[in-house]
Amino acid sequence: MTNSKISVQNLNLYYKDFQALKNVSLDVLENRVTALIGPSGCGKSTFLRTLNRMNDLIEGVRVEGKVTLDGVDIYRPDVDVVSLRKRVGMVFQKPNPFPMSVYDNVAYGPRIHGIKNKQQLDQIVEKSLRGAALWDEVQDRLYKSALGLSGGQQQRLCIARLLAVEPEVLLMDEPTSALDPVSTLKIEELIRELKNKYTIIIVTHNMQQAARVSDTTAFFLNGDLVECGDTGAIFTMPEDKRTEDYITGRFG
Amino acid sequence: MTVRSNFDKALMEIQQDILRVASLVEESIYNSMEALNSQDVVLAAKVIEGDDVIDDLKEKIENKCITLIATQQPIAKDLRVVITGIKILVSLERIGDHSVDIARTTMCLAEQKLIKPLVDLTHMAKLVQDMVRDGLDAYVHGDVEKAREMCDNDDEVDDLYHKIFRELTVYMKKDPETIDQAVYLMFISRFLERIGDHATNIGENVIYLVTGEKEELN
Ligand SMILES: Nc1ncnc2c1ncn2[C@@H]1O[C@H](COP(=O)(O)OP(=O)(O)OP(=O)(O)O)[C@@H](O)[C@H]1O
Ligand SMILES: [Mg+2]
Repeated sequence: MTNSKISVQNLNLYYKDFQALKNVSLDVLENRVTALIGPSGCGKSTFLRTLNRMNDLIEGVRVEGKVTLDGVDIYRPDVDVVSLRKRVGMVFQKPNPFPMSVYDNVAYGPRIHGIKNKQQLDQIVEKSLRGAALWDEVQDRLYKSALGLSGGQQQRLCIARLLAVEPEVLLMDEPTSALDPVSTLKIEELIRELKNKYTIIIVTHNMQQAARVSDTTAFFLNGDLVECGDTGAIFTMPEDKRTEDYITGRFG
Repeated sequence: MTVRSNFDKALMEIQQDILRVASLVEESIYNSMEALNSQDVVLAAKVIEGDDVIDDLKEKIENKCITLIATQQPIAKDLRVVITGIKILVSLERIGDHSVDIARTTMCLAEQKLIKPLVDLTHMAKLVQDMVRDGLDAYVHGDVEKAREMCDNDDEVDDLYHKIFRELTVYMKKDPETIDQAVYLMFISRFLERIGDHATNIGENVIYLVTGEKEELN
C-alpha cells in the first residue's frame, strides 16, 4: 500500500476572471511518478504551481479548495512558504543553472539554509551530483562554470541543485523538452531511480515519455481533470473518449 | 476531422488486408472439403499450393504491423487494433494449415470408395467456415455480440466432432476393412474441430479489441 503524499480536493484557480483549474481533485501517491498530460493551455503548469504555492507570486491569482502535503493544508496562513518550497521543489522546462561553478550551483541551497562547513558541503555536493547521475561527468570540473555544461548535463545539474536541499516532492515541468534523445533517456532513467526516495510529478507533451516514466497518468483538458489512473491502463484502455482522442493524436 | 489521416489510412489498409487473407482461408476450407467429397485430387493440390499465397500475404501484413508499431507508436485503441490484427492473422494462418491437412488427407483417400456420404463432416465444415466469416465481420465492425454468438457455435462443432468419432469407432469395430479410411476421416474431423477453436480465438480477440477485457469463450 502506498500513501497519498499530496491530496488535492476541489481545487479551483482563477487568474483574475479567468478560471484555469475547475474543481480538480487528485491524490498523488508517495514514491510514485505521476505524469500530467493535456493540450497546451489546459492548466498543467498552473496545477503544478499550486502544489508548492508558486502561483502566490503571480498577480491576481485566487485559489479555492484544499491541497494537503502529508495531511497538512499547505494554504493555511501559518504555513512557511520557503520551507514548503524546500520540501516541494521544481525543475523547469529550460535548464537554468546559475552563472557560477558547478559546485556553487549545488551548494547554493544548502548555504542559504545555513550550512557553512566545507566538508559537509563537499559531501552534499557529491551526494546530490551522484543522485542526479552527473557526478562521473563533472567530478573533474566542479569549479568550472556550469554554463559550459551541455543542455542535458545542465538539466541534471538543476536536479542535483534541487536534491541538495533534500526535498520530498519533485515537480518537473517538461524537463526534457529542450534536450536531445540521449539526454532525455538519461533524465527518464534518473526519474525512475529517484522515485524510490521522492514523489515525482512530471508534466510532459511526449506521450511515450509519460508512458515510459510514470506510474499514474492524469489527463487535463480546459482546466478539468478528465481522467486519472494507472498509466498502463490509460495507454491501453482509457475510459474517457477525450483521453483516447488526445493520446492517440486525434484531437482535431 | 482527424489529424492522423495517414495513420488511419494505414490502419484501414491493414484491416482490409486481413479480410483478404480471411477470404482466401475460407475458400481453402471450402475447397478442401469439396475435394474430399468429390475425391478431386487436382482441387486438393490447388489447396496445398494456395497456402503459400496465404503465408506470404500474412508475412507482408505482419511486417506492415511491425513497421506501424515502430514508426507510429500506436497506443490505446490503435494499439489493440494492430495487436489484435497480428493475432487474428496467426489464427487464420493456422486455419489455412488445417485446410492443407484436410487436402493432404483427401489425397490419401482418393483411391478408396467412401464408406458413407460425409454429411456430418460437411456440416461441420460449413459451421467453421461461417465462424471464420462471422469472426472477421465482428472484427471489422467491432461487434462484440456477433463475436460471442459466433463462439457459441463452437459447441455444436465440438458435439459433431464427438458424434463423428463415435460413429467411426462403430464402423471400425464392425468391419476392420474400414479402419484405414475411418482413421483418415477421424483426422479430418479433428482438423475441423481445431479450426473451430482458432475461430473462437478470433472472437476472443475481437472482444479484447473492443472492451480491453480478455474473455475465455471455449
Ligand atoms: N500568469 C497568467 N495570467 C493569466 N493567465 C494565465 C497565466 N498563466 C497561465 N494562464 C492561463 O491559464 C491557462 C493554463 O495555463 P498553463 O500555463 O497552466 O497551461 P499548460 O497546460 O501548462 O500549457 P503548456 O502545455 O502550453 O505549457 C491558459 O489559458 C493560460 O493562458
Ligand atoms: Mg506549461
